[in-house]
Amino acid sequence: METKSIMIVGVGGQGSLLASRILGNVLLQQGFAVKVSEVHGMSQRGGSVVTYVKYGDAVYSPVVEQGEADVIISFELLEAARWASCLKKGGKIVTSTQTLDPMPVITGAATYPQEIVEKLKGMNIDVTAVDALSLAEQAGSAKASNVVLMGVVSKKMEFDEAVWQEALNQCVPAKFIEMNRKAFALGREAM
Amino acid sequence: MKKLMLGNEAFARGLYEAGCKFASSYPGTPSTEITEEIAKYDEVYAEWAPNEKVAVESALGACFAGARAFAAMKHVGLNVAADPLYTASYTGVNGGLVVAVADDPGMHSSQNEQDSRHHAIASKIPMLEPSDSQECKDFAMLGYEISEQFDTPVLIRTSTRVAHSQSAVEQLPRQEKELKAYEKNPAKYVMMPAFAKGRHVVVEERTKKLIEYAETAPINKIEDNGAEIGVITCGAAYQYAKEALGNTVNFLKLGMTNPLPQKLFLDFAAKCKTVYIIEELDGILESHAKNLGIACKGKEIFGCIGELNQVIIAEKLLGKKPEVTSYPEQLPIRPPVMCAGCPHRGVFYNLAKHKIRVSGDIGCYTLGAAQPLCAMDWTICMGSSISCLHGFNKVRGEESSDKSVAVIGDSTFMHSGLNSLVNVAYNASNSTIIILDNSITGMTGHQQNPTTGKNLKGDPAAAVDLEALCHAIGIKRVRVADPYKLSEMEQAILEELAVDEPSVIISRRPCALLKYVKHNAPLHVDTDTCKGCKMCLKLGCPAISMKNGKACIDHTQCVGCGICEELCKFSAIQK
Repeated sequence: METKSIMIVGVGGQGSLLASRILGNVLLQQGFAVKVSEVHGMSQRGGSVVTYVKYGDAVYSPVVEQGEADVIISFELLEAARWASCLKKGGKIVTSTQTLDPMPVITGAATYPQEIVEKLKGMNIDVTAVDALSLAEQAGSAKASNVVLMGVVSKKMEFDEAVWQEALNQCVPAKFIEMNRKAFALGREAM
Repeated sequence: MKKLMLGNEAFARGLYEAGCKFASSYPGTPSTEITEEIAKYDEVYAEWAPNEKVAVESALGACFAGARAFAAMKHVGLNVAADPLYTASYTGVNGGLVVAVADDPGMHSSQNEQDSRHHAIASKIPMLEPSDSQECKDFAMLGYEISEQFDTPVLIRTSTRVAHSQSAVEQLPRQEKELKAYEKNPAKYVMMPAFAKGRHVVVEERTKKLIEYAETAPINKIEDNGAEIGVITCGAAYQYAKEALGNTVNFLKLGMTNPLPQKLFLDFAAKCKTVYIIEELDGILESHAKNLGIACKGKEIFGCIGELNQVIIAEKLLGKKPEVTSYPEQLPIRPPVMCAGCPHRGVFYNLAKHKIRVSGDIGCYTLGAAQPLCAMDWTICMGSSISCLHGFNKVRGEESSDKSVAVIGDSTFMHSGLNSLVNVAYNASNSTIIILDNSITGMTGHQQNPTTGKNLKGDPAAAVDLEALCHAIGIKRVRVADPYKLSEMEQAILEELAVDEPSVIISRRPCALLKYVKHNAPLHVDTDTCKGCKMCLKLGCPAISMKNGKACIDHTQCVGCGICEELCKFSAIQK
């Protein structure tokens, strides 16, 4: 099987590390060779962050470059637009509709782009936009947006829900598992 | 079943399985998790040292005592530890000694892009370079074998993409190692000139033996695909090259990058029409190949700046470029920022407000240099803020000392700011130092340090009393201020700048991301009262933005620190 590439993008602090670990765990359970690449340190402090998940028969490079991604999972709209050039032709974007102003917008040096979803669709991208923040708050915490999006993604991939549940059990601390299961279920229902 | 592990986690697993008994490190991206992970194994004593030099010296002592010992650091940390390391090369070891060094090509979280292989060459210490998580584990274990067989410390170099990528790893049980007997042997361990001269001869002989080992070491692998093109590579660059070129070329993949084999290079090159050297940062494999008379191309194609990847390699060697469609508009950048509720903000707002010159240091607070605060003049390395300010003030006198400060975090101060503060007191410079005491090592992801009262394992530990320490050094004016109280901090800064003697302000407030820190309810803006003056935006808080001409606070980010409430002249920001 040809190597598949997924990017998880968002703003530092939104929980992309947990999402990538859940996804990596699911793929490993399915018997794929998997690489997950994270960035730690300074760029995590509210900056634009990206995590790569690659899987297939054999995976060499852990990174995904422009024109290489099959799917982009985005926690924030502007970040979906920023990384869209990494998609292959025919690639898909699953994005939260949450917006977070970056510092140049806050200081007035730039404006937040408008109608991002429409413009992404105009690039012939298959875009799924979900209000993950509201669903996460419904589940009990705004921080669970990442797991809501995993729920959405799980409906778009061919693996059994049980595999995802097992990955949740392995990746989420026990005291938050109920809330995250709820967030995951709300993500699945949104599809 | 195999487990997905970060390179760093796998590295720690390898140390554990090899029977490592002692680990001492200072945190530094991308090396930090090796030590955090090894601390989870009860069989291993693990600690945070105040800096990398202390860590390597402690690990060296532990290996003299007969244990397999370990220290980890980022590339610039190896500069700090270079002093003990270069002489440990002469003494050699008793139990094995492995030192991990993590380079950061692309500078995701670093102040320079140095290539640590130069240190291995200069110190004549063997260096291994894993390229994925399984190799991180295997090479950590092999490192101890080489260390004990050749009587040498072993450096293991990773890079960001190896350290912070997860791939599958096979786990095996630990092989417990008894302590080796310690025998007093001054000719080997006391490095005064008479003995060191003898040891230098041993080091040179050892290097010859290591070169022989490198010729046939299983980790220096040839993949012969019967191709005309040959690629010599190592580390993450191997993975990029393998993805870009697959089986269309022959590979010489070096798992050991110091010392380098000679015959293996020559034999490999002899079978190939064209040889490319694909390595990140400096052309070290390339220089070696060229010294051996091998015609090859490397840096003239790939350069020595930033990370490589499969697309760069495919484009340069195959002329292939992926089809790319970009978003149709220019997008605003999203640089990293101080978090909402970051206690450093109250200090930097005041420094910016009074246009104070700021000698910076390494930590989250280096972000004080960013828009809109822009309150930093220079930043070099760990601990340098205080000493650089001292030199600046000595040359420029009062015109500088009345309006310049140094800022340094609690962990960075303990790392190497302490010596600089001694210099300020001893040589009487009229400098004002602000210790940003947020009770944690923040940037690397919340590690304990000698000021926090806890050790690496989370157990209670002696806590340095910063006020008493500064007094003991000879600083008479030491005061504590709360950065969440803007006017209190402002008064402290202006008063200490005005006096004609060295002074220390301790800005004390724990990092807002610490789990034990209780957050206040988010603040909100009364839109009827808000005049839209944008004063609150000067704080550079990511939770505050303008919506329809009025300030707006994002309740998912705000932790209720209250500094915007104090700043708003119209009392529009409310609890």
